[in-house]
Amino acid sequence: MPEKQCAVSLRGISKAFGKIQANHNVDLDIYRGEILALLGENGSGKTTLMNMLSGIYFPDSGTITIDGKPATISSPRDAFAYGIGMIHQHFKLINVFTAAENIVLGLQDEAGFNLDEAKTRIMSVCDAYSFEIDLDQKVYDMSVSQKQTVEIVKLLYRGTEVLILDEPTAVLTPQETDKLFAVLRNMRDSGKAIVIITHKLHEVLDISDRVSVLRKGEQIGELLTSKATAEQMTNMMVGRQVSLNIERPTPQDPRERIRVEGVTVRGSDGVVKLDNVSFSAYTGEILGIAGISGCGQKELLEAIAGLQAVEQGSIDYIEDDGTLDSLIGKDPLEIASMGIALSFVPEDRLGMGLVGSMDLADNMMLRSFRQGRSFFTDRKAPEHLAEKVIDELEVNTTSVHTPVSNLSGGNVQKVLVGREIASAPKVVLSAYAVRGLDVNSSYVIYDLLNKQKESGVAVVYVGEDLDVLLELCDRILVLCAGKVSGIVDGRNTTKNEVGLMMTNLGGAQ
Amino acid sequence: MFDIVSFIPRAVAQGIPLLFGSTGEIITEKSGNLNLGIPGVMYVGGICGVIGSFLYERSLGNPNLINPVLGILIPLVSCLVGSLIMGLLYCFLTVTLRANQNVTGLAMTTFGVGFGNFFGGSLIKLTGAEVPSIALSATSKLFRTTLPFAHTTGPVGGIFFSYGFLAYVAIILAFVASFVLKRTRTGLHLRAVGEDPAAADAVGIDITRYKYLATCLGCMVAGLGGLYYVMDYANGVWSNDAFGDRGWLAIALVIFTIWRPNISVFASILFGGLYILYLFIPTGENLAVKEIYKMLPYVVTIIVLVFSSLRNKRENQPPESLGLPYFREDR
Repeated sequence: MPEKQCAVSLRGISKAFGKIQANHNVDLDIYRGEILALLGENGSGKTTLMNMLSGIYFPDSGTITIDGKPATISSPRDAFAYGIGMIHQHFKLINVFTAAENIVLGLQDEAGFNLDEAKTRIMSVCDAYSFEIDLDQKVYDMSVSQKQTVEIVKLLYRGTEVLILDEPTAVLTPQETDKLFAVLRNMRDSGKAIVIITHKLHEVLDISDRVSVLRKGEQIGELLTSKATAEQMTNMMVGRQVSLNIERPTPQDPRERIRVEGVTVRGSDGVVKLDNVSFSAYTGEILGIAGISGCGQKELLEAIAGLQAVEQGSIDYIEDDGTLDSLIGKDPLEIASMGIALSFVPEDRLGMGLVGSMDLADNMMLRSFRQGRSFFTDRKAPEHLAEKVIDELEVNTTSVHTPVSNLSGGNVQKVLVGREIASAPKVVLSAYAVRGLDVNSSYVIYDLLNKQKESGVAVVYVGEDLDVLLELCDRILVLCAGKVSGIVDGRNTTKNEVGLMMTNLGGAQ
Repeated sequence: MFDIVSFIPRAVAQGIPLLFGSTGEIITEKSGNLNLGIPGVMYVGGICGVIGSFLYERSLGNPNLINPVLGILIPLVSCLVGSLIMGLLYCFLTVTLRANQNVTGLAMTTFGVGFGNFFGGSLIKLTGAEVPSIALSATSKLFRTTLPFAHTTGPVGGIFFSYGFLAYVAIILAFVASFVLKRTRTGLHLRAVGEDPAAADAVGIDITRYKYLATCLGCMVAGLGGLYYVMDYANGVWSNDAFGDRGWLAIALVIFTIWRPNISVFASILFGGLYILYLFIPTGENLAVKEIYKMLPYVVTIIVLVFSSLRNKRENQPPESLGLPYFREDR
């Protein structure tokens, strides 16, 4: 076997944002013909490190050597000149441009501006790796996976030799992920160096040749994937022993709580978001909702919470004595005044859930300021509640008077979930509750949801990580383009089955 | 009887300042800068041209000795320099210092109008005239020079050839701007900067450079609108506040034309026509009716705003990051 060629090597790289040390003294080597996985929790500095290679950030100290020569990368243009390209987690594509326009964007070297000639050259790149893209399609019409393909072609068209992918699978279905991995292996075999940033262990084991683990901005260690185990990597990533099993207690005495029948919702642009959706949520169980992003999950939860107008169908809340209360056409305030304790943990935490510039106590008050008859608001109770949430959920904050936007994503989520649970709900609706959270915080949230379930709450959990959905939920409702593709038992289904149901109605091949 | 032959030239003359303003603002907005200072910039462009030509005419003693080349170049360059400084100021505040674009723009409009009125007032004092205005008739004559056959070719000449050279400059600039935005690499890059600076930056486009260049160029184009107004439309007579709200109409035109300078050529003439329609429709003795006609451009603007906000097509929306500052290392 020939000696591996080192494409890029980083030595002693440090970077700080204000007081936060994002990277400290990191060494890393990237080889040609190899897939390197950069593993770490959120906020461990993986993306920051790679952003320094792609020219978005400039390191405070340390050296970068490319093909044996010292290099200075001070802008994305420099990075391209060195053959380094990065696919960011949030795609850097212009929505109103076509695929071809996005691919040639920023290039200056060709004489004249001729999109048709460029298209021929792009097609030859696509053929070499058997990509299928419509070069005249506008980005806003594309699926996530198509956008990702455009990003990859964009880099290959520029002659990129070192490809960095930041959490490329976060929004893909299992089938799309397999396809992507095949492409990556293909590119590796043609001698390119590939770095994939992820926090999903099974992906690391699946795709990478070597894995480098970061924790709190420092490099903890490097392993050959063939010799690594999931346990070992988690321990390196988190820094202590963690159990990776999510508990799933058997539902106790499930009774129907929310009944949704034939619900159709049309979005503001006239597109049908939910089409004839029917299901029931039971007390003491967690109902998972799976689907490709934008398949109506948001609309479904908002329809139940009274935030979304429903065109057709019925949504009923079933009280303990069996009486039905219709939730259609009522706003959240009316629903609450009917005595229905409904908690909604929205996907957009700082947009819909909390007010970023207000402190913890004031955010608690958003739920309670209507209580009492006094002209003045009661500030004491929310403060106590905030203290209680900080205490019980181990929120990392200096005081109850810290603006919420200063907290990290995990802590923000704890504050929001803590507030919603404090109102002793009968129904909890949560959308992407662990999005952007590190392993530890995620498990705290799973525990909280499980506790609610055990106390007889009907929990609806919209998630994007299929592994978690399969481990946490009692039943999983799969949405496919606004329709119910099927409801499966979380205990006896497979990732593949759910994945197929996400892309094809009913899961047909 | 509606006199279309005399109506159209007047509508065009009204529309040209709006066309300059909207072309300038479209170029600016395509880079993601929402420059609400355009009315101020047009004011500054106008008064700078006036100052330049005033000093030149005075230095001659007898305005009839005016050198045609200098008589055009001096106000033109003064106007461009004045507008450029306004553009640089706006860019420095919003791009380099990342100040709020709306606040900066509104402040610049207030500043520009005040600047114009201050120097306008000063010049009026210098002339010692009894009327509150400055007349630069010699310069204006140069700016209003038309093609020789304009007045001998009947209605065709009247409608197409009876304008000073700046009017044709405005129309050519608008078509050139459209072509550059749509068909060239520079246009593609500029639009990318306005849509999503982070994406443009990631492919190596220099955001700061594009924003500065587009905004300054846009300001210079808009400033010409002020110059055209004084030198051509108003016969070289500057009086304070006479320019009125044309700057705001130019910004409304940007939305009306869904960010397309070539549409603006026709839209600005339409707006110009609406602006003076009351002069051509017999309204009788009732002054109130006249006032209602004077409202037309504003009514149309409101209707257009309503309709353009209802439109859903993505390509017709404003540049996505319009009004937002960009900082690469933002987290």
